[in-house]
Amino acid sequence: MELPADVKKRLTLPAEEHFYAGHTACQGCGAALGLRYVLKVYGNKTIFTIPACCSTIIAGPWPYSAFNAPLFHTAFETTGAVIGGIEAALKAKGYKVKGEDGIMVVGWAGDGGTADIGLQALSGFLERGHDGLYIMYDNEAYMNTGIQRSSSTPYGAWTTNTPGGKKHFLERKPKKKVIDIVIAHKPAYAATASVAYPEDFMRKLKKAKTIKGPSFIQLFAPCPTGWRAPTDKTIELARLAVQTAYFPLFEYENGKYKINMPSPSKEPKSLEDFIKLQGRFKYMTKEDIQVLQEWVLSEWEELKKKAEIFG
Amino acid sequence: MPMRKVMKCNEAAAWAAKLAKPKVVAAFPITPSTLVPEKISEFIADGEMDAEFIKVESEHSAISACVGASAAGVRAFTATASQGLALMHEVLFIAAGMRLPIVIAIGNRSLSAPINIWNDWQDSISERDTGWMQFYAENNQEALDLILIAFKVAENERVLLPAMVGFDAFILTHTVEPVEIPDQEVVDEFLGEYVPKHAYLDPAKPITQGALGFPAHYMEVRYTVWEAMENARQVIEEVFDEFEKKFGRRYYMIEEYKTDDAEIILLTMGSLAGTLKDFVDKKREEGVKIGAAKMTVYRPFPIEEFRALAKKAKVLAILEKDISFGISGAVFADAGRVLVNEKEKPILLDFIIGLGGRDVTFENLEEVVEISKKALVGEKVEEVNWIGLRKEIL
Repeated sequence: MELPADVKKRLTLPAEEHFYAGHTACQGCGAALGLRYVLKVYGNKTIFTIPACCSTIIAGPWPYSAFNAPLFHTAFETTGAVIGGIEAALKAKGYKVKGEDGIMVVGWAGDGGTADIGLQALSGFLERGHDGLYIMYDNEAYMNTGIQRSSSTPYGAWTTNTPGGKKHFLERKPKKKVIDIVIAHKPAYAATASVAYPEDFMRKLKKAKTIKGPSFIQLFAPCPTGWRAPTDKTIELARLAVQTAYFPLFEYENGKYKINMPSPSKEPKSLEDFIKLQGRFKYMTKEDIQVLQEWVLSEWEELKKKAEIFG
Repeated sequence: MPMRKVMKCNEAAAWAAKLAKPKVVAAFPITPSTLVPEKISEFIADGEMDAEFIKVESEHSAISACVGASAAGVRAFTATASQGLALMHEVLFIAAGMRLPIVIAIGNRSLSAPINIWNDWQDSISERDTGWMQFYAENNQEALDLILIAFKVAENERVLLPAMVGFDAFILTHTVEPVEIPDQEVVDEFLGEYVPKHAYLDPAKPITQGALGFPAHYMEVRYTVWEAMENARQVIEEVFDEFEKKFGRRYYMIEEYKTDDAEIILLTMGSLAGTLKDFVDKKREEGVKIGAAKMTVYRPFPIEEFRALAKKAKVLAILEKDISFGISGAVFADAGRVLVNEKEKPILLDFIIGLGGRDVTFENLEEVVEISKKALVGEKVEEVNWIGLRKEIL
């Protein structure tokens, strides 16, 4: 589709679309935005693998598909293994994988399918050095099954199995740092990204295509449905997550950490700005918020140190 | 010229894989199957086999990687047993539902608890409803042959279903026997290259595989798996014929031994069939009208062949190394379905035998015959009998 000239000037996103309208995501879905960007960057020279997750539905039921790229639906915990198998098959067939004109093998799994049930297969994928990209779209709970906590759910969050109640039964564990587990494998490339910063995300996608070996991107993808947030606040929430250092953007490559702008250059914004927009945090006491705030700042300090020492 | 070598059944299975030239092998070690991928690694290391070998971190990932590879359009192979196959369980359904003709070699082994590494068929029998074809080998040669046959049937466009080939743990996996290794050129002619028209994950022709199926469509997809399994009966016969022409060895869905005038027929699968033939010879010398039958194909169940066999017997005794708790052995339950509406049918008896590597002795088989004889003369006997139980430790 040709865009008007004045629009072209402002957009740096590729105009082509391989993720079509008519998909079945909820309003304001961060994951759907993410899929759109991935397909914009890789075009249809991509083979997607999606385990059981929201994106199974988003892609469309048979006989419909929102994807103009080969797409394979698999079991919840198998993403890492299946993309390994696909990559091996492509190699055996003599197809070019990655590079400018090569095929990109992409696993696209949620936080539950990655941080919990799919962690073993992810570890295998990284350790064996498969030439593909694993993207964990992080909406911080099992959203497709109806908002249950995952190990990627933050401290203090309401979910349907951390419902608050009289006993103040909320999530009491900090968010699992999956990216740290990934980096422990010393992969070719690992990065965090956010749907609020598509240019940063797309640059990282492009980089993953040029680097030989396994890559991993943890994409922050707000879920208005599960976060009990207005559907027009997705981008704002994703942006605040970065600005508060709740979800800083950084890259890991060749043993080096690099914090990416627009992560905070000075003091991060107060976490309350991020919290107050979301119904899932409404049961938190002042003390709870303090606990989460301290965790965020301590993780942020740790990341800055890593970037300083291994920069 | 075909070459004859003395080898373990696991090696024979690896040779079959080498001859079938899968492009991807993904495997995880488990007793008693470990030697299959080990031997394949050696073939690859020595440049005798050209395959991507993915050393996965679990059997769940082994079958998942095979599924990914097969979905991307190449021949894929793995080997496992017991807990490993059980771990693959959910992905087995996916492979069948997506019509991916993967072949697994199974060193048939018991399931925990208690932990036990020895032979029975509980592992593959427990996967009977996954949509995989199942073949059982009597000896090492059969294991090699049936793996080639399994690929040929699985990849047939009228079938397109995955297949498992079982051979008994230790009794076969670790036992050396002479095996004839067919010529590569003849195997190439027999199998050809796998070129799927339905599963290829190619960006040049984007398709979605395994999309969400609503209630309006799901049943029809399952029905096509049913149809494919029904088609497999005919295709298996055709492939058995072609195999005989190419390699000179004949296979049957059910192979009979001295059944023509038999009053009692003992039916089993796997290596026990060999023991039964010797036992039948012995009993024939004693004047007992007895025969034996070996079921080589368990899924699809050889319904017509089984009915034809049943017509010959007065008592049909099923000897099986598996148990479906709460009813009977699985083969016996299947046999009931096959015979239930037949006007003339034999007395059908079930014998649970040799679980967890318990040797099956002639003494055990005598007990089977004694119970069968009682039934023959109209005495009431149990329908399901556990043979060789050590009652003193119960």
